Amino acid sequence: MRRIRRYRLRRVVGDTHKGAAVRVRGLVVRYGALTAVDGLDLEVRAGTCMGILGPNGAGKTTTIEVLEGLRDPDAGEVEVLGRTWGADALGIRERIGVQLQETDLQRKLTVIETLRMFQSFYKQKRDLGEILELVGLTEKRRARVDDLSGGQRQRLTLGCALVNRPELLFLDEPTTGLDPQARRRVWEIVEEFKRAGGTALLTTHYMEEAERLADDLVVVDRGRVVARGTPMELIASLGATGVVRYAPRAGHEVAAAAIGEAEFLALPGVRSLRVGNDSRELIVHDTQAAVVALLGLFEARGIQLEDLSTHRPTLEDVFVALTGKQLRDG
Amino acid sequence: MADHSALFELVRVRVLLFLREPEALFWVFVFPVLMAAALGFAFQGGEAPTARVRVLDGDGAAALVERLSKAPGVPLELEIAPQEEEPELRRAITSGRIDVLLLPGDDLELIFDGQRPEGAAARTAVELALARTAPGAPPAEATLAPMRERGSRYVDFLLPGLLGLNLMSTGMWVIGFAVADLRQRKVLKRLLVTPMRRSSFLLSFLLARLVFLVMEVAALVLFGALVLDVPFRAGYFDFLVLTLLAAFTFAGLGLAVTSRAQTLQGASGLLNFAMLPMWLLSGVFFSYERFPEFLHPFLKLIPLSALNDALRATMLEGASLTTLLPELAILAAWAAAAFVVALTCFRWR
Repeated sequence: MRRIRRYRLRRVVGDTHKGAAVRVRGLVVRYGALTAVDGLDLEVRAGTCMGILGPNGAGKTTTIEVLEGLRDPDAGEVEVLGRTWGADALGIRERIGVQLQETDLQRKLTVIETLRMFQSFYKQKRDLGEILELVGLTEKRRARVDDLSGGQRQRLTLGCALVNRPELLFLDEPTTGLDPQARRRVWEIVEEFKRAGGTALLTTHYMEEAERLADDLVVVDRGRVVARGTPMELIASLGATGVVRYAPRAGHEVAAAAIGEAEFLALPGVRSLRVGNDSRELIVHDTQAAVVALLGLFEARGIQLEDLSTHRPTLEDVFVALTGKQLRDG
Repeated sequence: MADHSALFELVRVRVLLFLREPEALFWVFVFPVLMAAALGFAFQGGEAPTARVRVLDGDGAAALVERLSKAPGVPLELEIAPQEEEPELRRAITSGRIDVLLLPGDDLELIFDGQRPEGAAARTAVELALARTAPGAPPAEATLAPMRERGSRYVDFLLPGLLGLNLMSTGMWVIGFAVADLRQRKVLKRLLVTPMRRSSFLLSFLLARLVFLVMEVAALVLFGALVLDVPFRAGYFDFLVLTLLAAFTFAGLGLAVTSRAQTLQGASGLLNFAMLPMWLLSGVFFSYERFPEFLHPFLKLIPLSALNDALRATMLEGASLTTLLPELAILAAWAAAAFVVALTCFRWR
C-alpha cells in the first residue's frame, strides 16, 4: 500500500512561458505496442538544473532524446528554448549542448582535434583553451582519445557539449560507470556551467548526484511523472523524519516475520512499513519514540536483533516509496 | 562561415584518421603494388621456351636428331636417351621435366602432354621441324616469334585491371566501413544533435578520398611504368577525369551498400557481397569476353567492367574521353543511382 502524492512546482509560471527553457505537455512515445512515455509533462526553469529520476525503462532516455530532436513524439507538445523542433531545428541545435548516454568518440583523434571538430559545427564558438581548462584536459590536449581514462573521456564528451556556450545542456547519465573521484570532477564542471547561468536537464541513477546538482526533480515511472519538487520537498513528502532498519538474528526470523503490519503501525511514531529481502524498514516521524517502542516489542516477543540502524530519509527512500523499485535495479 | 569550416574540419579529420590506420594504408597503397609485382613478374612475356626433346636410342635415332637440329627457325633442345630409360622419360613428361619423347622407327611416335601449354607448344615445334626438313619441303617462311610488344603482354592487360580493382575496393571499403563503424559506435547520433550539415558530412568522405586517390593511382601507375614497363598513353586530363568519376562512383556505392548496416560485420558482409561478382566478372585478371557471348552486354554494364574497359583503352591505346563516352555514362549512372539510394536510405542512428 503506497500512497503517491503528487507535488507541483511551487514556482509554477502563470500565463507566460517566460523563464521556461524546456516545456513538455502530454508527451507520448510508443515503440510498437510498448508505450515508453505516457503523457509526460515537464517544465525546466531557465538557469536551473532539472533532474529526472527513474528506474531503468521508465522512459528517461526516450524523453531526453525527444527533447534533443533525435526522436519524433507520437503525441504532445515540446518546446525547447521557446522553439519547436519542427519549425527551427537548426536554431535549437546551435544553442544546446548534448552528452548522450553512450557515445564513443573517434578514438584515434586527439583531445584537441575532437574539440576542434565539434567547435567547427557551431556559429558561436568558445575558446578551446578555455574549454580544456574547464574540463581539466589542458595537459592531455595532444593525447588520443584511446589513451584517456574513463573519467577523462567523459570530461571530453562534456567539453564537446560545451564548445558552443550552450544555453541548455542535456546530460543523460553523465557519470554512470565512473569512480567516485571522477564523478565529483564531472559534477564540478556541471556546477561551473550552472554558475555561469546555464540550464541543465539531467537523468541519473545516483541520488547523491541528483541531490547535489538538481534544483528540481521529477520522478518518472512507466513513462509518467509520479512526483515532482525540490529534493527537500520530495523528502518532506514522505512525512517522515527518519528510517529505522532492522534485521533479526539467525533463528529469530520466523518470530519476527509473525509480527503483523498492523502491530508495527500501532507503534508510536511509525508511519509505514517496508519489507525488503533481508531486512525491514519503518518510516517514522518520531525516531526516538519509534525505536524505544520497537525494542520493547521485540523484547516482549523474545526476538533478538542482528542489526538496528536509523538514518534520515533520502531521495532513495522517496524513490523506493514511489516506485517500489531500487534506483539501480538491473 | 561556419559551414565552410565544418566541411574543412570534417575532411581534415577523415584524412588524419586514415593516416592513423596502418592497416588501411597497407591495403590501399602497398598491397596493390605487391599484387602487380607478383602477377607482373609471373606472367611477364619473354622468349618462348625451347622445347626439350628426348629421342629414344635405336635405329635411326642419330639420323633423326641430325635432321631435326637442322630445321630452319625451330630451335630445339635435343638429346638421345638410352632405351631402358623409357618408363622414366614418360614420367618426366607428365611432371614437366621434358616436353616431348620421340620413339624413332618406321612409324615415328611422338609422346607429349597436351594438358600443359608448354607440351602442346613443343609438339607443334617438333611437327614444324619435321615438316620443314621433309624431302621436298618448301623453304621455311617464318620463324616462331613470341609476342613481346609493349602494350600487348599479359602484364599490360593486368595493370589497368588492378588499378580499377583498387579504385573499387578502396572506395567501397574505406567509406562503407568507416560509416558503419561510426554508426555502430553511435558517433553518428552524436553528430546528429549538432548543427552540422548532413551533406557536409557525406561530402567530407568523398573529398578525403580524393586526397588519397592521386597518391594511390600514382603508386600503381608509376610502378607499372618504371618496373614492369607498362605503357601509359593516356592524356593526363582524360585520365584524371576518368579516375575521379570512378572514385565518386565507388564511394557512392560504398555508402549505398552500407547505408543501413548497423554493425561492422553486417557492413563487411554486404560489401563483400557487392564486390565479389565484380572481382570475377569485370575483367580484372582475364577478359570478360571469355564468358558466353550473350552475357557480354550485361557484363559491360557492371561498373568495374566499364572502368576497366575505359582504363585499358586510355592507358594502353591512348583513347580520349569522347571515345570513352559509353563507359563514362555507365559509371555516371551508377554514381547517380548510388547517391540517391545512399541519401534516401541513410540511417543516422
